[in-house]
Amino acid sequence: MTNLMTVSSQIQVNREPYLRIENLSKTYSTPKGEYPVLRDINLDISEGEFVCLIGHSGCGKTTLINMVSGFAQPTGGSVQIKGQTITAPGPDRMVVFQGYALMPWLTVFENVYLAVQAVFPQKGQSEKHQIVEEHLRLVGLWEAAQKYPPQISGGMKQRVAIARALAIRPEVLILDEPFGALDAITKEELQEELLRIWNDHRCTVLMITHDIDEALFLADRLVLMTNGPAATIGQVIDIPFARPRDRERILEDPQYYRLRNQVLAYLYGSEANPEAHP
Amino acid sequence: MTATLSSPASKSRTAKVNLAKYRDQVLPPLVGIIGFLLVWQLCASTNLVRLPGPWDVWMDERSRYLILHPWYRNSDLDQGLLRQTLASLQRVAIGYCSAGLVGIAVGILVGSSVWINRALDPIFQFLRMVAPLAWVPIALAALQRNEPAALFVIFITSIWPILINTAVGVQQIPEDYINVSKVLKLSKMDFFFKVLLPSALPYMFTGLRIGIGLSWLAIIAAEIVMSGVPGIGFFIWDAYQQNYVTEIIVAVIYIGAVGLLLDRLMALLQSKIASR
Repeated sequence: MTNLMTVSSQIQVNREPYLRIENLSKTYSTPKGEYPVLRDINLDISEGEFVCLIGHSGCGKTTLINMVSGFAQPTGGSVQIKGQTITAPGPDRMVVFQGYALMPWLTVFENVYLAVQAVFPQKGQSEKHQIVEEHLRLVGLWEAAQKYPPQISGGMKQRVAIARALAIRPEVLILDEPFGALDAITKEELQEELLRIWNDHRCTVLMITHDIDEALFLADRLVLMTNGPAATIGQVIDIPFARPRDRERILEDPQYYRLRNQVLAYLYGSEANPEAHP
Repeated sequence: MTATLSSPASKSRTAKVNLAKYRDQVLPPLVGIIGFLLVWQLCASTNLVRLPGPWDVWMDERSRYLILHPWYRNSDLDQGLLRQTLASLQRVAIGYCSAGLVGIAVGILVGSSVWINRALDPIFQFLRMVAPLAWVPIALAALQRNEPAALFVIFITSIWPILINTAVGVQQIPEDYINVSKVLKLSKMDFFFKVLLPSALPYMFTGLRIGIGLSWLAIIAAEIVMSGVPGIGFFIWDAYQQNYVTEIIVAVIYIGAVGLLLDRLMALLQSKIASR
């Protein structure tokens, strides 16, 4: 019994964080000299966590997630997933792009199928077909499977992109302002849908957003970035609302306004801009 | 009651719509053509230019025979204009299709590799400036015989817009599509057929459409210079040698009509295939 206890506590201690961002920095070489975008980023994300990144435009949020997805290489430090350093893009870190990135010459079905076929080549055709159908049904778009992206609305396109991302079972789902181009009502619908799907799938989510309410509704933790150049993490806020979340109940919670004001004060106060106050 | 009343009313409305369409679509070009013929006739009959007018073309015995008998055949070089045109079109088809194949293949290669692009682009930009006529003596010297030389001139004239547009189309594949392909680690085959080709297709068709016009220009130029091949270009040269100006005018009308037809055909194909 004692033996068992020590073993399990050891596992607890040795457990690496799922996604570890360590002393990460990124500097671009320009003709005018070195331009530091990010510096000293340290963040551990555990498995199944929903993390939102928020910060002013140009603070390097996209650069940061590009290094998680593998599109960009850090100039210092590293990003590790389950102890493995990330060096290139891969389907274990699927990205949902702001511009949807659906091929307009493929149907909704074919767009998702292309991803499933690329990631699970060993699966049979009927199984792949089933995976596509399951995920299109998940986002309520099975009826539109034979339509082409130009024939459907922006909200539907982003649903397809989410279905495509989830269909390949990524370890980490990366979303770069996924709902930025959508109208308010579609945006709320999709937030709720994303949350419901995430509740069922429990993959790790890293999402950039400009929308404080969106972040408070969705995330477990909110990462606030300082302004660039040489941006870093300014504050990390735990969001305590119980899950599954209900928008109306959250809106009635006095903590919601306290957190919202805290984020607003951070973004519009002097804290986000430490250089201004040496 | 209402039905019997509304039916003639709607009929007259569609008639009105048709009339309006006719007035807007058909009338202006008709007025343009008649006006052009009148100005031409006026210039000719006042001796402003020493060219037969449209009426003279119709009245001239030789050119009227050509207009009325497009399909006659006496010998290899003495044939109806439709036959001559078809002979030229056959050459265009061979030269243009090979230009299309080679142009698209090399264009994709150039578009996918920055290094190859840098290596070859100056040469392409240089060669595409060489006029079709300038290629004729080179082609004749290199290939010795008229027929292959004519084919080469078409090929080399029409390949550049196809090649360069294809390369640009491949370079212009949206970043998002490339990123998706990278995340999914798409196979080379999948990337080529599902991303690269459909994405570059509209550019390829732009090149193909410019190319077909150029190839038709080139065949005329080539045939005019190369003697002894049946075709509409040599027909013009032959008529010029014998001073049959009205015959030349009839042949020129054929050339213009065929060029227009080829361009429209490509436009139709473009809208059918590359519309997405």
